[in-house]
Amino acid sequence: MSITAPTPPAAGHAWTISRSDRTTRAASAGLVVLGLLLFAVPFGFRTNVVQQLTSLFILLILAVMWNALAGYGGMVSVGQQAFIGFGAYTTIFLTQHGVTTYLAVALAPVASGVLAVALAPLVLRLRGGQFAVGTWVVAEALALLVALDKGLGGGTGASLRGLSGIEPDLRRAFTYWLTLAFMLSLLVAVVVLLRHRTGIALQAIRDDEDAAASLGVRTAPLKFGLYVLAGIGCGAAGALTLANSLFIQPQSIFGVQWTAYMLFMVLVGGLGTFEGPVIGAVLYFALQNQFAEQGAWYLIGLGAIAVAFALFLPRGLWSLASDRLNLRLLPVGYNLLHRTGRSAGSSAQAPDGGTSSRGESTS
Amino acid sequence: MTWINAVVQGLFLGGLYALFACGLSLIFGVMRIINLAHGDLAVAGAFLIWTINSQFGLNPFVALLPALPIMLVVGYVLHRTVLARSLRGGALIPLLTTFGLSIVIQNALLQGYSPDVRSLGAAAGDWTTGSWRLTDQLSVPYIGVCTLAVACLVLGGLQLLLRRTAFGREMRATAQDADTAALVGIPAASIYARATAIAVGTATLAGAFLAVHSTFDASSGPTQLIFAFEAVIIGGIGSLWGTLAGGVVLGVAQTVGAAIDPQYSILAGHLVFLIVLAGPRGRSLITRSAPA
Repeated sequence: MSITAPTPPAAGHAWTISRSDRTTRAASAGLVVLGLLLFAVPFGFRTNVVQQLTSLFILLILAVMWNALAGYGGMVSVGQQAFIGFGAYTTIFLTQHGVTTYLAVALAPVASGVLAVALAPLVLRLRGGQFAVGTWVVAEALALLVALDKGLGGGTGASLRGLSGIEPDLRRAFTYWLTLAFMLSLLVAVVVLLRHRTGIALQAIRDDEDAAASLGVRTAPLKFGLYVLAGIGCGAAGALTLANSLFIQPQSIFGVQWTAYMLFMVLVGGLGTFEGPVIGAVLYFALQNQFAEQGAWYLIGLGAIAVAFALFLPRGLWSLASDRLNLRLLPVGYNLLHRTGRSAGSSAQAPDGGTSSRGESTS
Repeated sequence: MTWINAVVQGLFLGGLYALFACGLSLIFGVMRIINLAHGDLAVAGAFLIWTINSQFGLNPFVALLPALPIMLVVGYVLHRTVLARSLRGGALIPLLTTFGLSIVIQNALLQGYSPDVRSLGAAAGDWTTGSWRLTDQLSVPYIGVCTLAVACLVLGGLQLLLRRTAFGREMRATAQDADTAALVGIPAASIYARATAIAVGTATLAGAFLAVHSTFDASSGPTQLIFAFEAVIIGGIGSLWGTLAGGVVLGVAQTVGAAIDPQYSILAGHLVFLIVLAGPRGRSLITRSAPA
């Protein structure tokens, strides 16, 4: 992206850089309250709603993690299903060896994180398209390895045991709470990461890795950190998918369709924005419930919409809101404000996605 | 003897993978993007040949004559309409676009042709199943030799095209620096479009051999893309003959794996790829930000 300098400030005091304004503060407070209120859902709604929300939150985790990789790290992975499947199968493995089911679900993301640490030196050698296909190969290899193991059910799949003692409604509520807790902690982790100076460094890498490195950004540890974070998040999503559906098959849990969904959610919502993947996940969830029965046509539609967004609106739907209204919900970026006498400050218009759009692109 | 046989069969399988890989390698070499829809385009080519075969009763290899020009045009138009625009969006957008395209092509084929597994082996004639029997356990299939020969011809032809012709020189210049090439009057967009057309053409050829060699269905594309990519990395990026060597190594790994136990076949190929990636060649990938 071209960095066009904004009109130089006429007087030093006329321009200020701010993290948050009234909207951001109100929205952040609202989101925190909403996050906490969501814990109460199982008390007031039918189990169907609880289960649906669980699937939505899992999608949200996936979208946020894929966006962290691609949107901030510039690493388009076609193989995050490796961690989804690994998380799910680790849960199965742990429960088979006497670990309580929900503890196993909570431990699986840790194991996925360890897997990511082990794989990172290998796949991070690849860049761009090579990274994309390289991660895909890893996922395929893992799927084949799991299918070979008879103890894990082989190619036919495996079911999650140890939950028969719990009443179904309570079980769904537990899974829901666990999913919500994971989702909120991962979202908080991403916010913290972006508010830290790593957030700026990460976007520098996304925009141009070589240029960032030449400015002294240590790209390797940052990319490593993002890859491991995404591994943990996707592992959690896999374990929670298993807890939600109770049965998995290697072909579907290690299937590349997960990447298709993640790509759709992130591209439609807004690649490299904080709010985008959340919007994308909600949209995708609605579409899925409406059109999933259409089979191949549904997937053709998803693919075509993703291509259209990549070509014509690469920063997704959220960019419409953030560019036009200069709207940001969370204080993860910086905004250039122009003080005009009495009013608290009207925001400067972003010149061509350049400097002052730091605000949006940092968000 | 089983081992020798496995290696021989792997050699011929490697010819097929090299055929898949050369188009992928060409697009990567010229435009620096990996076309994630490459495998699906190859399978689309195979379906086109299947359609011509079933509609007009033409032998699949004769059906290639009308199918190849059609797919060359498809490749050209694909670049002019979609890829050219995606290239302007930076490094990520072409990947996202081609992955989206891959989903569209795969499911369009699924919708249009049903998920049935097909083969053109029978339609191509009896000779495709025949072989020279050297000993009881060692046989050399005609179709394997034919595939390997075609792979060598295509790779050699591409090599000649790149090294000896004006168009090849323009392609190399554009690959090195598109802006500077434009300064001396080489239109990058047109070079890219023609390179994509050639890549889709070779993919169609590979799809045809896949269809005759074994079976294919609407969802075969991604697997072929992965094998092609593995062949490119194992053989070394930027070297066409290396791609052939990479394809052969991958093919031999798969057939030797299959000789141990059929379910190890594809896994063995993936493992060889990962070992190569972990070795010195993988390390050289880090330092080479723009492989030539």
